Amino acid sequence: MFGYYMDLALRSLRRNKALTALMVLAIALGIGASMTTLTVLHVLSGDPVPGRSGSLYYPQIDPRDSDGYVPGKDPMDQVSWTDGMNLLRAKRADRQALMTGGSVAIQPVQSALDPFYEAARFTSADFFPMFGVPFQYGHSWSTADDGSSARVAVISSALNNKLFGGKDSTGQMLRLQDTAFRIIGVLGDWRPNPHFYDLNVKSYGEGEGIYLPLSTSQDLLFGHDGSNDCWGNGGGDQYHLQNAPCVWLQFWVQLDSPAEATAYQEFLTHYSQEQKTLGRFQRPPNVRLRNLMGWLDYNMVVPDDVRLQTWLALGFLLVCLVNTVGLMLAKFMRRAAELGVRRALGASRRALFGQLLVESLVIGLAGGIGGLLLAFLGLWLVRQQPAGYAQLAHLDPAMLLTTFLLAVGASLLAGLLPAWRACQIAPALQLKSN
Amino acid sequence: MDILPILSTLRRHKITAWLLILEIALTCAIVCNAVFLISQRLERMDLPSGVAEHELVQIQLANIGNRPDDTARAEADLATLRQIPGVQQVAMTNQLPFSSGGSWNSGVKLDPQQQQDTLTVAQYMGQNLLPTLGTQLLAGRDFRPDEFVNYADAVAALQGGDLKGLPQTLVITKALADRLWPGQSALGKQLYMGKGIPFRVIGVVAHLARPNMLEKGVDYNTVWPIRLSLTEGASYVIRCAPQDREQVLKAALAKLKELDPRRVVLQKRTWDEARHEFFQNDRAMAGILVGVCVALLIVTALGIVGLASFWVAQRRRTIGVRRALGATRNNILHYFQTENFLLATIGIALGMVLAYGINLFLMSHYELPRLPGIYFPVGAVLLWLIGQIAVFGPALRAAAVPPVVATRSV
Repeated sequence: MFGYYMDLALRSLRRNKALTALMVLAIALGIGASMTTLTVLHVLSGDPVPGRSGSLYYPQIDPRDSDGYVPGKDPMDQVSWTDGMNLLRAKRADRQALMTGGSVAIQPVQSALDPFYEAARFTSADFFPMFGVPFQYGHSWSTADDGSSARVAVISSALNNKLFGGKDSTGQMLRLQDTAFRIIGVLGDWRPNPHFYDLNVKSYGEGEGIYLPLSTSQDLLFGHDGSNDCWGNGGGDQYHLQNAPCVWLQFWVQLDSPAEATAYQEFLTHYSQEQKTLGRFQRPPNVRLRNLMGWLDYNMVVPDDVRLQTWLALGFLLVCLVNTVGLMLAKFMRRAAELGVRRALGASRRALFGQLLVESLVIGLAGGIGGLLLAFLGLWLVRQQPAGYAQLAHLDPAMLLTTFLLAVGASLLAGLLPAWRACQIAPALQLKSN
Repeated sequence: MDILPILSTLRRHKITAWLLILEIALTCAIVCNAVFLISQRLERMDLPSGVAEHELVQIQLANIGNRPDDTARAEADLATLRQIPGVQQVAMTNQLPFSSGGSWNSGVKLDPQQQQDTLTVAQYMGQNLLPTLGTQLLAGRDFRPDEFVNYADAVAALQGGDLKGLPQTLVITKALADRLWPGQSALGKQLYMGKGIPFRVIGVVAHLARPNMLEKGVDYNTVWPIRLSLTEGASYVIRCAPQDREQVLKAALAKLKELDPRRVVLQKRTWDEARHEFFQNDRAMAGILVGVCVALLIVTALGIVGLASFWVAQRRRTIGVRRALGATRNNILHYFQTENFLLATIGIALGMVLAYGINLFLMSHYELPRLPGIYFPVGAVLLWLIGQIAVFGPALRAAAVPPVVATRSV
């Protein structure tokens, strides 16, 4: 029966080529546009460290003076040097890392390469195990290296390719800002997107090329990049922020169970209270402990334009669907006489409905395949765009399946109403007229 | 033209008619809002910067390792750059209008006791900045050489609590002056930063846009008499005739390299390139919106053509009868045009309500202003026009149906 309906559908579609093309094109355009924007949205709001993000938390405390205090407002987005070091040394979490961004001049020994600046991350030892950073060669530095401000460096695989042609470079020396560092590790493929651990630098795109102990970077007066937020008569250049009333560091902790998270939040409140008693803090304790995805949400890391484009594309899909429903309905109603004959010859209403539904399904499938092709084209166009996230726009299997389901669902939806309406025709009436 | 027969015909095609109305309404609502968004983007891209746009070149260098003599070297660099043929002015600056990346900002207060900052302003600093940028001084004066303070000294003074070591004066934009002291002259007035540190306004410039964070007020900005060096991440800005820019940039880079080869070039570009880059997302978004509007209008127009063609084919006999009873071709043509006009009108009316609703949604989520009233009539006329153009072909075909059809059975 299905084969026969298929044949009927194809015949009917062939009779009105322009109209069929119009319906298919409308669905294809709508689905193509929606899938392109939904894929971008899906990629941008993805989990940067799958499997670990549930136990990663970003503590916030409020070290400001009482000027401009408004109860209930969120505390600061980063921590100061003093608080960061206090929290790091307290070791109340399973793992903890203090960090900031920077850029350092690399002076390659190879004469073929001019000195260049590379984005760097100054952090503490737990950074690597906490975020599950993979190593290609060597290993990360230890807490002892942090304590002794060791001149050691971990580099990304991209930088290793550039400087050493991808060979195992551990043990080699690297000159940074006129100081010799020993390379102790080379990272594997690690590009978390969004760049969750420091959203000040760049939310999406390439990560850092080089990782150094935070204590070493402070010893050598390596300037930091990112945001400084100061209060009171605060201020300072990027090299002398340790004693300034400014926040400029990010602090992350790993807490493996909800109970630990509750305990850590209590610890933060207790710490704030203690600092207030000491006179360092002036405001009542105001702490937050967001987990990773909560932190990304709070920072609204997905660009507004991308959300807007998604709404726009869904609106466009709706118009395309309404358009197709209207055209299909008109078409089915026009064939009332033919349908009347079939009914009179004994076809049940259900059979007729099935036949019309197959016809709309054919259009939907064609539109869906067209839409998928258009989505590939659309994503290619997105990748040509200047935005930092552009390079990430690729279709993954999950989105591919979603596209397919969306296309079939949309066309079924578009076919249901016309098919149902056309089946309501009384056969005798249609045979009589004309 | 008699509307009643049209309505009675439409009543027999209720669902199809409503679908067409719905399509027109959705298209109208989306296009109105999209065009409004496009105009917002174009307005943003067209903001005045206040600087001599086509005459500026920026070079940013970074030292390798720390250099204690950096301030003196900056002066030497500036002196050398000034010697290059074609160079009119040379300055050092921490930032330029409309450039991505970081920016230097501070809260300002009108009263030292005030708890909350009145505004957040961008802080421009650097030697010889105003003449080089070409900002227009409306009132007061530019800084005197003796008012300048080295950046490092200012930071030390601030941290040591010695207010005498800080700069005492500043230049502000007219927009900031009007916002802080409406209807008064800003010259000689004090404004406060941090814990009530006073600064005196000595000059007002026409415009000077922010580097970024434009939502804090594009033109609420300040200029400070502070000397910078490469250590603070400052850039050299050179002003020259538009046609000399490429050549001056090349010569300047060569000179700077000659003075000290141990530096890395982080940035070398004309200011126009920086502005182009800064607004490229807005440009891309405006392009996408235009594309969607055009696609929507085409889909809707084709939908109207398709439906009208169906109706014409379906009513061939009726049309033939009407023709046989004395209706002219024009009567038939007008019949279909009026029908489309009626459907479009209902669609547009619904679309306006929907457009308003979408605008409310966007306002609550994306910091957009209210949709100006002018978009409603313009959107209506646009959709009426498209409807009439789309229906014209099928209507002509209907008018061409000969009266003899009435006598034949299909």
